[in-house]
Amino acid sequence: MDDLRIVERDVTTQIPKITARGVDVFYGDAHAIKSVDVDILDHTVTAFIGPSGCGKSTFLRCLNRMNDTIDICRVTGEILLDRENIYDPKVDSVQLRAKVGMVFQKPNPFPKSIYDNVAYGPKIHGLTRNKAELDAVVETSLRRAALWNEVKDRLQSPGTGLSGGQQQRLCIARAIATSPEVLLMDEPCSALDPIATAQVEELIDTLRSQFCVVIVTHSMQQAARVSQRTAFFHLGTLVEFGETGQIFTQPQDPRTESYISGRIG
Amino acid sequence: MTTPKGSLLVQDARTRKRNAAEARFKTYGKLAIGVGLLALVILISSILGNGTSAFRQTEIAMNVTLPEAKLDKSGTRDMEVMKKVTTLTYGPILAQGLADTLAAEGIVVEGLTAKDIDAMISREASAQLRDRVLADPSLVGATVAITVLASGRIDGYYKGRVSMESAVLDSNVTPAQLRLADALKDKGLLVTKFNWDFLTAPDASDQRPEAAGLGVAILGSAYMMLVVLVLALPVGVASSIYLEEFAPKNRWTDLIEVNISNLAAVPSIVFGILGLAIFINFAGLRASAPIVGGLVLTLMTLPTIIISTRAALKSVPPSIRDAALGVGASKMQAVFHHVLPLAAPGILTGTIIGLAQALGETAPLLLIGMVAFVREYPAPYTAADGLFGEPSTALPVQVYNWTQRADPAFFERASGAIIVLLIFLLIMNAVAIILRRRFERRW
Repeated sequence: MDDLRIVERDVTTQIPKITARGVDVFYGDAHAIKSVDVDILDHTVTAFIGPSGCGKSTFLRCLNRMNDTIDICRVTGEILLDRENIYDPKVDSVQLRAKVGMVFQKPNPFPKSIYDNVAYGPKIHGLTRNKAELDAVVETSLRRAALWNEVKDRLQSPGTGLSGGQQQRLCIARAIATSPEVLLMDEPCSALDPIATAQVEELIDTLRSQFCVVIVTHSMQQAARVSQRTAFFHLGTLVEFGETGQIFTQPQDPRTESYISGRIG
Repeated sequence: MTTPKGSLLVQDARTRKRNAAEARFKTYGKLAIGVGLLALVILISSILGNGTSAFRQTEIAMNVTLPEAKLDKSGTRDMEVMKKVTTLTYGPILAQGLADTLAAEGIVVEGLTAKDIDAMISREASAQLRDRVLADPSLVGATVAITVLASGRIDGYYKGRVSMESAVLDSNVTPAQLRLADALKDKGLLVTKFNWDFLTAPDASDQRPEAAGLGVAILGSAYMMLVVLVLALPVGVASSIYLEEFAPKNRWTDLIEVNISNLAAVPSIVFGILGLAIFINFAGLRASAPIVGGLVLTLMTLPTIIISTRAALKSVPPSIRDAALGVGASKMQAVFHHVLPLAAPGILTGTIIGLAQALGETAPLLLIGMVAFVREYPAPYTAADGLFGEPSTALPVQVYNWTQRADPAFFERASGAIIVLLIFLLIMNAVAIILRRRFERRW
């Protein structure tokens, strides 16, 4: 466990941004998530770890209702975002996703220019009134994603022409351009090399000041490096949830201990 | 059980067998391609061999005097009066004109009656002359230089279809006529030139193959393609987008999907029966009208367009949809902003292939009466039926029609029509390739 460099745990707030109570997810007959309760704090990086197929990505996709796109997927229980149930029939999933942005496992920029990639979200949500404002949003988003200096001279070149790490940072810029409140990241570094990974991780830490960040990772080292709180999932249940330092140093549950010491998963 | 270790330099029996099988397979493939190419070469050369002559036409130049006494008895150049004079009156005037021209040029006519000489001119010529006079009544009373179509057999003589030997056996032409034609050619009065009329003129009756053209057929085919494009493309693309992106996957959509695939495999003549029953007998649209043909071909083309559009939509990576939904685009925005542009090249290719298929389709058109003999251009704006309601014909049907006729000159025209059809198909395929290149995202 020597390689686990645990960052300062300065959790600045105790207000829960997202509260999940009794969440069950079914894929057809398969019970993928079993009665998960979790409180995700604002301005915090929360990591979901666990072996493959444990349901951590499925749960993440519940938080912005991306699971709605899968026909056979059924979600029960309640997930509150700022004390409003996002599974309420009155909630429009499109409006929700403007508030809860998402970055995917594989970098997936649109086959358009870098500028258009970032500008797309603000455009469809009508966040800007004119070109100058849009330009400003694009620049701030790219700066926040630590990509501005690399692409400022070629904003009109295709986003798919960037390197893998740049593409992923472009996707992050695209996600934060709509000024979301929560940023979900589904294994954002699994397709990246170590250098790009380091850049993205550094970025995640700075994003914490503005957003509530939830990150799914299969790398325990990464969870230890970037997160303040960690949730360990195993076979569809939330086994343990707490301060990252405590999870990695004094796990309460024997399953957590076996996982972080490499015996399961 | 262990196998003895052999040298890498010596192939063992198993490897030899495998290599031989691979070599055999490659040979079969090459043979198959060779057979296909050979068939294509034979097909194209036979069509070109038979059909290119349709694009040339023999014409006879002459000076003809237009007597006022016969063409305009009233002397007032009143259209109504002049229109009453039929082609029957113009025939003898032309015969006289040719005889006069021969005399003026000093060509000696041997063993030919006046009727034989007249027979060298197309029966269509009197109608051509009448049209010309009606268009310009001031010609009456004057002597004008005109060029008229030579008859089919004389035309065939200069295209190798008729020879002195065959003329002896032919009741429609005599060697003496051919010798006279040669004499006319020597004087420069008989020329063979590019046949624009073949592309613009309407069909002609059995007796005058030299006047038959593809004009109405090309127009009819163009109208039908327009109807198919306007109806099948939006309906097909919209239904595939709905089925692929929005419809729930359940037993009903499965049923629809299976039936669309089945529709694509339905023999085209069945669509003709359907069109006859629905559009003509039930809806009361006019038989032989391009609108009916277009509707029938739309039904036939829809499954092709739907299947290719769905395939194109399926090939767009789901990560693009996720990305769009992830930034808060609605499903429709995701489809129209991102998925559809990426699928466009595939959709266009499918559509054009469907159109090309429809362009070459004959069987359903026979059933809805597009096989009719259409002597006149459809009158576009005058008829109450409108642009697409007038009887018309279509390119493949015209080919079918001409191959049924007795005169070998029609066989040549049919091959020529096939060349025109193939050129249209090649143009459409070229457009498909160009559009594909244009819209294909290279990044």
